[in-house]
Amino acid sequence: MRSDSVVPEWVARARGSLLRPGPALAVFGAAAVALFAWAQRYGLQTLPARDMGHLQKILYVHVPSAWIAFLSFFVVLVAAVWYLASRADAADRLAASAAEVGTLLNGLVLVQGMIWAKPTWGVWWTWDPRLTSTLLLFLIFVGYLALRALVDDRERRARWSALVGIMGALVVPVVYMSVRWWRTLHQVQSTPSTMDPAYATGLRLNALAVLFVAAYLVLLRRRVGRVEAAVEAIEEERALRGVEA
Amino acid sequence: MSRRRAGEITRILAVARKDVLVEARSRANFAAVVAFSALVLVLFGFALGPDEAALTQAAAGVLWITVIFSSVLAFQRAYLLELEDGALDALLLYAGDRRSIFFGKVLGGLAFVFAVEIVVVPMAGVLYGLPVLSALGRLLPLLALGTVGIVALGTFYAGMASRVRAREVLLPLLLFPMLAPLVIAAVKGTHVALVGDPIAAGVNWVGLLAGFDAIFLAAAYLLFGAVVED
Repeated sequence: MRSDSVVPEWVARARGSLLRPGPALAVFGAAAVALFAWAQRYGLQTLPARDMGHLQKILYVHVPSAWIAFLSFFVVLVAAVWYLASRADAADRLAASAAEVGTLLNGLVLVQGMIWAKPTWGVWWTWDPRLTSTLLLFLIFVGYLALRALVDDRERRARWSALVGIMGALVVPVVYMSVRWWRTLHQVQSTPSTMDPAYATGLRLNALAVLFVAAYLVLLRRRVGRVEAAVEAIEEERALRGVEA
Repeated sequence: MSRRRAGEITRILAVARKDVLVEARSRANFAAVVAFSALVLVLFGFALGPDEAALTQAAAGVLWITVIFSSVLAFQRAYLLELEDGALDALLLYAGDRRSIFFGKVLGGLAFVFAVEIVVVPMAGVLYGLPVLSALGRLLPLLALGTVGIVALGTFYAGMASRVRAREVLLPLLLFPMLAPLVIAAVKGTHVALVGDPIAAGVNWVGLLAGFDAIFLAAAYLLFGAVVED
């Protein structure tokens, strides 16, 4: 390698495939998966609720996944603001990773919710404020990912997705309030949100497990992003200097 | 008024005037959008009718969806014109706050969409049996404020979507989730004004729309600089 090459040091030093996690990340990933498995075992072994039986256990995964999805989108918001302020590529990579993982979790949350809702309420869907805001959040970030897929210029992609992320995050509380007003007008039954305190431990355990798994996925995705950026930089340099590097 | 503020207002009006003039000189776009709106109204009529009562109940929603679809067409066309001859780049070279371009384009867009509404709202009144004339006083603030919100957000997102491939699908994809609060308030308010709804009548829909508009305008204005940076 030329001494003034743009190949980052961590790329030059790496052994084996760049896309596979380094030792620290791999250990973290294994621990996260183990914790998640343990949390499921705990959940499956606790007593079923009197009224809902085993169906209640979906909520062990559903509720924490929702929390972590919202947390991911919050990370996107923070990373977006950080990017606009600093124009650091690291901020953009974090935002992109958190958005992908958050959208995935959000999609899972919606599906899990529907699976739970059908036997419980008799319907697949209801236009309740929380559900509607969650669906809208999902659609906003699908748009975010579509924008990222369609813009080729790195700087523009980072800048515009930051804007879309910020506007999207801003509108969610507005949507929540509007839907609430919209619904209470016609005295539609608000959805029950009571959770038996006996489930608190299971929920917290799962929350931690999902958090760790999500964090692992975000870090892994971010690593992929760094590799992509390194490849882009090398290709740019080659194009500028001719194919000697 | 400070010179700087006066200069900014001049810039805003200049951009608005440019957009309106371009549109006024070739009215093909306007005619096409009006025709499109009429077709949407008619198709919805087929979809929801022929029961007059059902049509009247659904009318407010149909009207606003039609306005949204037509506005999307308008935004895409407006930016396409700018991009075709590099007009946007030239505009960005002028000294002054880039964000004035945002307000200028919003004003231009408003002029266009209001003009479309002048035709479409009476048309909807006729097709769906709505007392548009008698309810005009209550209807106008709702139409005005709802349109402002749609045009503000549309102008913001079209600034990005129009410069990307698959722009026809990306603009609705980005814009429509953001329109949800506006649709809720505008449709409910319009429904109350035109058809009546004792429960919903107590809510200040106009105030709600004004609040949403303030939030969206402020956010879009602050962030627009980053949309047209290059």
